[in-house]
Amino acid sequence: MVNKKTLIPLCFILLCLCLLPSCGRKKDTARYDDPGKPAWGDMIITGSIAEPSNLIPILSSDSASHEVASYVYNGLVKYDKDLNIVGDLAESWEVSKDNLSITFRLRKGVRWHDGKPFSAHDVMYTYRVTVDPKTPTAYSGDFKLVRKAEVLDDHTFRVTYDRPFAPALISWSVAMLPKHLLEGKDITASPLKRKPVGTGPFIFTEWVPGDRVILTANPDYFEGRPYIGRYMMKIIPDTATMFLELKNSSIDLMGLTPLQYVKQTDYPAFRREFNRFKYLAFAYTYLGYNLRNGLFKDKRVRQALAHAIDKREIIDGILLGQGIEATGPFKPDMWAYNGNVKRYDYSPEKALALLREAGFERDADGTLRKDGRPFEFTILVNQGNVVRIQSAELIQRRLSAIGITMKIRVLEWATLVNDFIDKRSFEAVLLGWTVPNDPDLFDIWHSSKQGVKELNFIGFENREVDELLVRARHTLDRGERKKYLDRLQEVLAEEQPYTFLFVPYSTVALHKRFKAVEPAPAGIMYNFIKWYVPENQMRYGSNAAVSR
Amino acid sequence: MLRYLVKRLFFMIPMVFGITLISFAVIHLVPGEPGALEAEMNPKITKEARERIRSFYGLDKPLYVQYWSWLTRIVRFDFGTSFATDRRPVIDKIKERLPITILINLISMGLIFIFGIPIGIYCARYKDTFLDRFLTSFVFAGYAAPTFWVALLAMIFFGVYLEVLPVSGIKSYDFREMNILEKVFDVTRHLVLPVCISAVGSLAGISRYMKSSLLEVLRQEYITTAYAKGLPESVVIRKHALRNALLPVITILGLSIPGLIGGSVIFESIFSIPGMGQLFYFSVMARDYPTIMGILVIGAFLTLVGNLVADISYAVADPRIRIG
Repeated sequence: MVNKKTLIPLCFILLCLCLLPSCGRKKDTARYDDPGKPAWGDMIITGSIAEPSNLIPILSSDSASHEVASYVYNGLVKYDKDLNIVGDLAESWEVSKDNLSITFRLRKGVRWHDGKPFSAHDVMYTYRVTVDPKTPTAYSGDFKLVRKAEVLDDHTFRVTYDRPFAPALISWSVAMLPKHLLEGKDITASPLKRKPVGTGPFIFTEWVPGDRVILTANPDYFEGRPYIGRYMMKIIPDTATMFLELKNSSIDLMGLTPLQYVKQTDYPAFRREFNRFKYLAFAYTYLGYNLRNGLFKDKRVRQALAHAIDKREIIDGILLGQGIEATGPFKPDMWAYNGNVKRYDYSPEKALALLREAGFERDADGTLRKDGRPFEFTILVNQGNVVRIQSAELIQRRLSAIGITMKIRVLEWATLVNDFIDKRSFEAVLLGWTVPNDPDLFDIWHSSKQGVKELNFIGFENREVDELLVRARHTLDRGERKKYLDRLQEVLAEEQPYTFLFVPYSTVALHKRFKAVEPAPAGIMYNFIKWYVPENQMRYGSNAAVSR
Repeated sequence: MLRYLVKRLFFMIPMVFGITLISFAVIHLVPGEPGALEAEMNPKITKEARERIRSFYGLDKPLYVQYWSWLTRIVRFDFGTSFATDRRPVIDKIKERLPITILINLISMGLIFIFGIPIGIYCARYKDTFLDRFLTSFVFAGYAAPTFWVALLAMIFFGVYLEVLPVSGIKSYDFREMNILEKVFDVTRHLVLPVCISAVGSLAGISRYMKSSLLEVLRQEYITTAYAKGLPESVVIRKHALRNALLPVITILGLSIPGLIGGSVIFESIFSIPGMGQLFYFSVMARDYPTIMGILVIGAFLTLVGNLVADISYAVADPRIRIG
């Protein structure tokens, strides 16, 4: 037993050696409150649960890829902090009198990260490769409506549509790709998918598979060199691990759950090192009814359900206050939002009155029945989404109070979509939509969009809504378009094809050394290139994190 | 011996074939398709685009056609191209991730043997003492507790509370600026938690095997003879008992490979170690069929080879097996 006698102490000593020095991270935190002066340098580290798949944005559909790409590439236009469309690579643009064509005037002197000049030919290439049937992209829809695209000169580009198309302008916010590196080659085999070359504020530096992606500030960026010298996306597949890395200050930026925001990060040591921000998320959660089902055909039943559900209780109890009640498919800080729609306060009495009108009666044990059949249905929720599952439980309790039996079935996401929603074999679902920046809701509400894999899966059919959607889609004038959208929201509020539940807040924690962060309707990242770390608060050297 | 070896190798072929057939069927039965999970319910992605992507990956063909085309490629050692949108060859993806997984597994296997065998010996020698019971409870607790839970507790304690060990990853951010000694030290610090946690779960098996097999040997008549000769106890155990008792433990070596590969999926995801287990996890989440199949084939191959090596070393160590 010699081995035991020598090896165990040896291992123990080794272990202690590893534990001893803690790499001496500085714990002097009070100084982070000093706003300091803008300076170039330092690095920001964000966590991502998934690894990016492909850094040519038209080829990927995952959020990690698009996040990295958003710093490397530019579109022709973009949204500013208040969600107005402003120029990005386009200096200005003109819409023709007949509203059919847009002429973009591009910035001069913009260079790709490899030094070659950017021109209208790159825009043309991006358009062509996106609509090329050989390109496996998911984003060709908007570009297919283009009738003609022309390069007028090196810095002027014009597109013409068959009919006025409201989302046309913003569809040109997609990332522009470098023609000189891609043309004539198979884009799916291009090295650019792992080493992107763009025009954006950050230059791709390194991708360590499964570990991190690193970008470096572009000193020649046309809007000015970003102050923060480096950006790192650290891949941490487990959210609990990511939260520990945040508490440990190993990552600087992370989205928080309501529980993390309200309870788990609200202690002095955390507040000394981190700022927490919140702004309305571009999303809402809803309870959608299958309108082909006899139970939900009657508008009064759906209105009754809206009265029977206590939205406030869901927001206070499950989101811990981090959300607001939803009244329709938009959120209040958007120009398209209409607040003057019918609202449904929590009132079991009104709910019961409406149900009685619709022919339901409560029997001796309180169950609601119509023609002898009890009011019973099942709602489907996707696994892993705790907020939705818990919301379903609260709804279940409120509905049982007025005699409705609601069952909850939790399903894995792919199963839920493929086996239930696509086959239309569901009664109700509790899901969420992201709110698009451009208020085009055609795909979700138009009665023609009921095919397999199409998004009007609840089977909503309303002539007026159909017409409003088409009109809004083909009207470029914002004032006129808003009239249609306002009416659309009124009809949806009246019809209640969904019970619109809530718009959550996005809650994020960001390390305190980053200054000039100003939450706005667009979130916090819109002025990322203006963020800075004062020199005396910088943490990482200029070579940190790069392995080559 | 040679004939035995050839026979064993020959029998591995239908086994690998069967494994691939079942795996292929199972992963295609799981709802969801490559690329579709992110694209599902996304208003920006049209139906035509979805169909285009399906036919691009050949998913519109019948399953047996897909399997046949995969099989004809794999026999030529062509693992195909990943369905993840990066479209890289599967073999490249696996190659860059395999070393770290093998390294961690080898170290933790080493730890398991270094700690497991002495614990087993001790428990057999001092059976039913307080320390025996304590060690037995300890290894069983390690075996019973879920890895991810123990891992999180350890991360909170050592990483956030004591701040003595890094929470996750394998290198510090300033790795490049370190000298070679610091680099080794840095990686060691990062490996302490994942290696210990993956080892702790397997200690129970090996120490129990060791204990029971040693107890059995100690009951043999030739041990009594050895004691009767007046040999000191340490010599009896080391020279006479241990040699025989270690034989069954060799088998465990081969049998523990699948467990370690499976375990890698869990702790590599928790500790964000860019190894094969993490790649497998991501691939399953993205329904990246060629990568999943590639990893399964390599895993199956490693397991079968492990079994074979265990059998052979058993035969080498024990003359009775060789003759029989």
